[in-house]
Amino acid sequence: MTQPLAGSIPQSVSIPVIPLREFLPWALFGGLLMLLLIYFVGAEQGATSLIHGRIVHEFVHDGRHLLGFPCH
Amino acid sequence: MTRTLLVRGMLVGLVAGLFVFAFARWTGEPQVDRAIAFETSMDHAKGESPEPEMVSRRIQRGIGLLTGSVVYSSALGGIFGLVFAFSQGRFGFCSPRALALRIAGLGFVSVALIPSLKYPASPPSVGSPETIGIRTAAYFLAIALSLAAMIFSLQLARRLTRRFGVWNGSLLAVFLFFLLTIVFSRFLPAIDEVPPTFPASLLWKFRIASWEMQLLLWSTLGVLFGWLTERDRNAHSPVR
Repeated sequence: MTQPLAGSIPQSVSIPVIPLREFLPWALFGGLLMLLLIYFVGAEQGATSLIHGRIVHEFVHDGRHLLGFPCH
Repeated sequence: MTRTLLVRGMLVGLVAGLFVFAFARWTGEPQVDRAIAFETSMDHAKGESPEPEMVSRRIQRGIGLLTGSVVYSSALGGIFGLVFAFSQGRFGFCSPRALALRIAGLGFVSVALIPSLKYPASPPSVGSPETIGIRTAAYFLAIALSLAAMIFSLQLARRLTRRFGVWNGSLLAVFLFFLLTIVFSRFLPAIDEVPPTFPASLLWKFRIASWEMQLLLWSTLGVLFGWLTERDRNAHSPVR
């Protein structure tokens, strides 16, 4: 696993490792925001509702079915 | 650095979302329309009036589907960028293209493929409204378990390859992953709510379309993200 890949670019480029202290805040806030977006496309107004009504569900209805989320 | 990769992931996801939308319009929508026609005919047969439309079909299959595809793909792309940011340099891959493709492949298997083998995508009129709670919980639990099995197997793969060599160690890790997924799938609740008269070919086509959409999404993420990152890195490296 640790050998460089043969036939790839010459090994002049060193891979920067991002320190965890720099990575974590982005991962936390970015990750949460992304999961919230996926929740609105995939599950809002199905089993749980943050917004009253059915408008979000009906609007993304086709995408929800085709992307594999449970619906109705 | 992390910000660049997060934003790049979201932008790549946005492009992938446009592809997914176009593909869904072409292969998925005809099946959705046929499933809704089946639902309407079932309602007629039972003497019920069909559900009133809150959002017209034209909007659902147009701007609604576009919004769903693009938002979902961009968000997944953002997470992809974050996973890439964490992984680079930590797991011994030198080429960004190879790393991105590896993450996309493993992501497709653990986030899309394995959960959908237990709980496949279902067209309208499959699935009763009363069970939406348990179905949603089981589906997200399946994704979480599948991801956990993937991370665990990857961790173990490093030890196994050191001990048994790259080939045998990797095979063992793959075997362990599938064993774990088979075991937890047995314990998740079985859900089978396909109406007896629902056309089998329609169900098949719908599910194939759904898998193809996921495959298109993940491969676009992997290839495009790797290409852009490699280009960026070559441009910034002192030795060309």
